[in-house]
Amino acid sequence: MPPSREPSPPAGVNPQPGLEVDRRTFLEGALKACAAGAPLLVGVVRVAGGAAQESPDAGYDPQDHYYGMGIDTSRCIGCGRCVAACKAENDVPAESHYFNTWVERYVVRTDGEVVVDSPNGGIDGFPPAESESGILRTFFVPKLCNHCANPPCVQVCPVGATFITEDGVVLVDEEYCIGCRYCIQACPYGARWLHPEKHVAGKCTFCYHRLVKGLVPACVEVCPTGARIFGEVEHRATPLARFMRQNEIQVLKPHLNTKPKVYYANLDGEVR
Amino acid sequence: MQGYIYPNEFELQWSLLIVLYPYVTGLVAGAFILASLERVFNVKEVTPTYRLALLTALAFLLVAPLPLLGHLGHPERSYEIFLTPNRQSAMAMFGFVYAWYLTVVLLLEIWFEYRRDMVLWAQSERGVMRWIHRALSLGATDLSERALRFDESAGRWITIIGIPSAFLLHGYVGFIFGSVKANPWWSSVLMPVVFLFSAIVSGIALVLLLYMIITLLRWKPLDMACLDKLAAFLFYAMIVDVALEMLDFLHRLYESEESIEILSQMIESRLFISLIVLQLTLGTIVPLVVLGVVSPALRPGGFVRTPDELRRLLYLGSAALVQVGIFSIRWNVVIGGQLFSKSLRGLTVYKVELFGLEGLAMTVALLLLPFAILWALIKVLPPWQEAAAPHPVEKIA
Repeated sequence: MPPSREPSPPAGVNPQPGLEVDRRTFLEGALKACAAGAPLLVGVVRVAGGAAQESPDAGYDPQDHYYGMGIDTSRCIGCGRCVAACKAENDVPAESHYFNTWVERYVVRTDGEVVVDSPNGGIDGFPPAESESGILRTFFVPKLCNHCANPPCVQVCPVGATFITEDGVVLVDEEYCIGCRYCIQACPYGARWLHPEKHVAGKCTFCYHRLVKGLVPACVEVCPTGARIFGEVEHRATPLARFMRQNEIQVLKPHLNTKPKVYYANLDGEVR
Repeated sequence: MQGYIYPNEFELQWSLLIVLYPYVTGLVAGAFILASLERVFNVKEVTPTYRLALLTALAFLLVAPLPLLGHLGHPERSYEIFLTPNRQSAMAMFGFVYAWYLTVVLLLEIWFEYRRDMVLWAQSERGVMRWIHRALSLGATDLSERALRFDESAGRWITIIGIPSAFLLHGYVGFIFGSVKANPWWSSVLMPVVFLFSAIVSGIALVLLLYMIITLLRWKPLDMACLDKLAAFLFYAMIVDVALEMLDFLHRLYESEESIEILSQMIESRLFISLIVLQLTLGTIVPLVVLGVVSPALRPGGFVRTPDELRRLLYLGSAALVQVGIFSIRWNVVIGGQLFSKSLRGLTVYKVELFGLEGLAMTVALLLLPFAILWALIKVLPPWQEAAAPHPVEKIA
């Protein structure tokens, strides 16, 4: 990809989003350990983080990064805060069929029947199951663009309006997209949509505007259970790398060879 | 909606206009391949339709990009496909394949085919038509035997290049769908070949229809030998087309991949009318049986001898049914490929809107437009044998 297409970061930002996640992980431990002192601690860490982001000397070099996301489905409680945060952060239309990220609920019955739903993308959570009898297991699965390393959407775009950044994020150039929707057809995960007003393809950007400021994506930020782990794929000492070492990792639709960079732990075989 | 679909799949992305696009380009490729029968393969019986087939191909080719443009979110940026094409993209090649086919194949072939007549018409006409023909001949007024031999030879060579080009044009359209690995209904290596043969079927049927209707409107006698030959070729092309589609179908059924369940559900419910009734029964089996029995495709004179009037009527009906069938094929591919979720857990619905840019009215208008263009082309370049200027060389000499 031509480097000229890289969105340039504003001057004076913290280039280390991984640290933010470190802090989160640390914070979670601290929360569990001493619930009473937590609010104070949150305040301290937030202030410290804020101060770091305003550091004037840091530039953002996409070559230093290669991003992915881990999702631990066993931690997802289906609260939908990630969906709401994404819509607010990225100005995604509020209607119920435009989502950068959404949450699916799977209900596997004892007779083998699998019922999947995602009412309004799970943004308001999920209604209780009609009957709890006959349910073998049930779980939630957050979905988003897989930021594939071999993305069919990028391959099919006739004008090259959708592209992979050097730091491994699949983006759409809204000024360039002709709105042919071939990328939406080519995405096996249903992760793209056409913006009803801009008439260009829309999708998850991993909150790129936040990444270049040293922040994690909004969905990761708000997840109350730490089901989403964001960070560097290739560096060893990062939360994502640790997550991938410590869990059995699966990706969605591996037979299509799209090489997704959203890595699932505890993924049920029913999930497509 | 039935079962579960990804939230972003609520809206169907490719609508009726995108059904029209492969249908129209198929007619172009098919009509051209029919024309090449006379030119390259010396099937003399179909000579009365040669020029008509070329003009039909041109009329439809001029309309082919319009449904695509109408469908784009930003048609004003469409030129970017030419300026900065993504060479990995199958769709990026559309502009180049289209431009090649339009300019190098169709326009050149028509020009060489008509040059002699245009020069002679310009000499004998008055008024606007004289100037039109003079302009169209581009000042190449040499009617010497050598020049005419060159026209003939150039036309033949262009047709020889044109046949693989026509294959490319429509095979390419099939590839656009067949190469989408995310979509099990589309993803098939046979898709370009199936598209191609269904294109040939639709092109022959269209020219047959046009030849019959226009000749009747002109109160001229129909050339029965020509019609019989067209019907026979239509039958042969349909046999290959059906065989390929059956192969595709059986292959899917036998492999029985994870998508088979949802695709079967889709065929039994959402696509029942358009696939089982329109495409398979009315658009394929009925015309195949009729053509097989009455046309000389399998036996000289047909299995059942029929009076010319009845046979003409049966050909007309069969060709019309074939058009319905081929349009249904395009519908079933384009719309069918979007009616099931890529989660393979549910089906959605497509409601055709009546008006609007991608509505039924626009589709009908775009379907009628090539006929209007063809009418104008026929006015300027009459394709009838009796309209051709007689004995040009002697006249000039």
